[in-house]
Amino acid sequence: MELDAITNKVLDAIDTEGFRQEGAYNLRYNGQALCHGDSEYIKIRKKEDRQGIDVYISGEARGEQVHIPVVVSASGMTDVVYNDFYIGEGADIKIVAGCGIHNSGCNETRHDGIHAFHVGKHAKVVYEEKHYGEGEGTGKNVLNPVTQIYLEEGAVFTLDTVQIRGVDSTERRTDVDMGPDSRLYVVEKLMTHDRQTAVSNMEVRMNGNGSSAQIVSRSVAKGTSRQTFHPNAVGNALCKAHIQCDSIIMDGAQVCSIPEIDARNIDAQIIHEAAIGRINTEQLLKLQSFGMSEEEAENVIIDNFLR
Amino acid sequence: MLEVRNLTYEVVENGEKVTIVKDVNFTVGDGEMLVITGPNGGGKSTVAKLLMGVLDVTDGEILLDGRDIKGLGIDERAKAGIGYAFQQPPIFKGMTIRRLLNLAAGKELPEYVCCDLLSNVGMCAREYLDREVDATLSGGERKRVEIATVLAKSHKVCIFDEPEAGIDLWSFSMLVKEFEKIHQKKQETLLLISHQEKIIRMADRILIIKDGTVNQCGSAEEILPLLFDEDRECSCMNRKGGRMYGTGCDNQ
Repeated sequence: MELDAITNKVLDAIDTEGFRQEGAYNLRYNGQALCHGDSEYIKIRKKEDRQGIDVYISGEARGEQVHIPVVVSASGMTDVVYNDFYIGEGADIKIVAGCGIHNSGCNETRHDGIHAFHVGKHAKVVYEEKHYGEGEGTGKNVLNPVTQIYLEEGAVFTLDTVQIRGVDSTERRTDVDMGPDSRLYVVEKLMTHDRQTAVSNMEVRMNGNGSSAQIVSRSVAKGTSRQTFHPNAVGNALCKAHIQCDSIIMDGAQVCSIPEIDARNIDAQIIHEAAIGRINTEQLLKLQSFGMSEEEAENVIIDNFLR
Repeated sequence: MLEVRNLTYEVVENGEKVTIVKDVNFTVGDGEMLVITGPNGGGKSTVAKLLMGVLDVTDGEILLDGRDIKGLGIDERAKAGIGYAFQQPPIFKGMTIRRLLNLAAGKELPEYVCCDLLSNVGMCAREYLDREVDATLSGGERKRVEIATVLAKSHKVCIFDEPEAGIDLWSFSMLVKEFEKIHQKKQETLLLISHQEKIIRMADRILIIKDGTVNQCGSAEEILPLLFDEDRECSCMNRKGGRMYGTGCDNQ
């Protein structure tokens, strides 16, 4: 199906793999499924009881991608969607999600994506989620994602989430329950500017022996924006976890980082570290010694920090 | 040609003016190698920072090919042809060594060029190209990457502030060979701040800075005996006889 220029532009921003109407995909546009496709091993079904889809991924799926982007361009819309993923034992897949809002009006436009992942034994999942806002309107762009992840024995889940720019307000909630020998990698990258606000709450419960989690958060706060990070790693078994929160603070912004570790088993090993600071003068000088202006150097530092 | 005339740098500490560098004069011809040496805290690195624009000159002139670059910022001096290797290179979270080399070169370098640059400073490129320039690199590794960034592009004048600091002996030998190679080509002017005899002996001209002023300046033939002849007295290094790295000179 033919997509308009705005939708294509937003899709380019949120789906860096390149959205194509091929294989398994579902494009949600202004609160409705605009187009969708299945593959041999991945079936997407519309929910009967509420907005959203169920995605069934067979254990036979290997190296496949599922693209499920959301575009909202109707100013004033509040779109709430529930997507559930059932990933079969031994599957190896990448799920590319993300939401982009184009708000050309004066009303608040909001999308709440509630995603639940049921990951079977020894399955490997990479989940990429990008959030982005744009538009010439004065209405706020609001994105409040909720992510629930359930990992069975030996499952490996990589959560790569990025908020690029243009999101006035976000409140993220991520909950993870980990079975034996499961592994979790979280990379959360976020930039706020102007008067934007971002809150990220995460709780990772390592319930199975041998489970491990690595949580990395990198953020840049510009203007008078406000950010709060609160990742919590709970060790209920023999497990390992490392939480690292790094933030660059600029202008009149505020960043609050609260890494929490909670060991409830004598064999739990959990570490956290957090750092907030301005762009280092030595970094700027080094890049300026390559011939860059201060502004160019600053952009390169931020770009790489969030890369 | 780089000419430095009456270079002076002053700071105000506790309301009082303190002179860090005073009336430093020297000239380095095209393709020449000048080594600046002298006791710790004497003002060598300050001179290098003044040349690159990291610090603002209080008085004096810095002429690059006859043009006074004193009023230029770091980026403009870089564009004018000065390359600079910091004594203590910064880390860049999220930036790979490959990316840093590309930024230094001002263009995307082919992989083999990046590999050569790293090999020339004693690093195994395959292990390092996609590593981040962060705290997981040792001080010596960061230092070698720093030197590679300057070598990534040709400059009129390359300034290296204590390139040997923190580098193991094997990598140091590689580095010396690299400097020799550049020096032999006579295409780039080299200005090195160093305490290392191997590097000092490569110089065409040697400048000894002590207490913020030029203590000795001359050709290698003139200065080397003052530094390394056992039987000669060297007032510039606060010692009588012995090697340069004897008592009183702790930065070996």
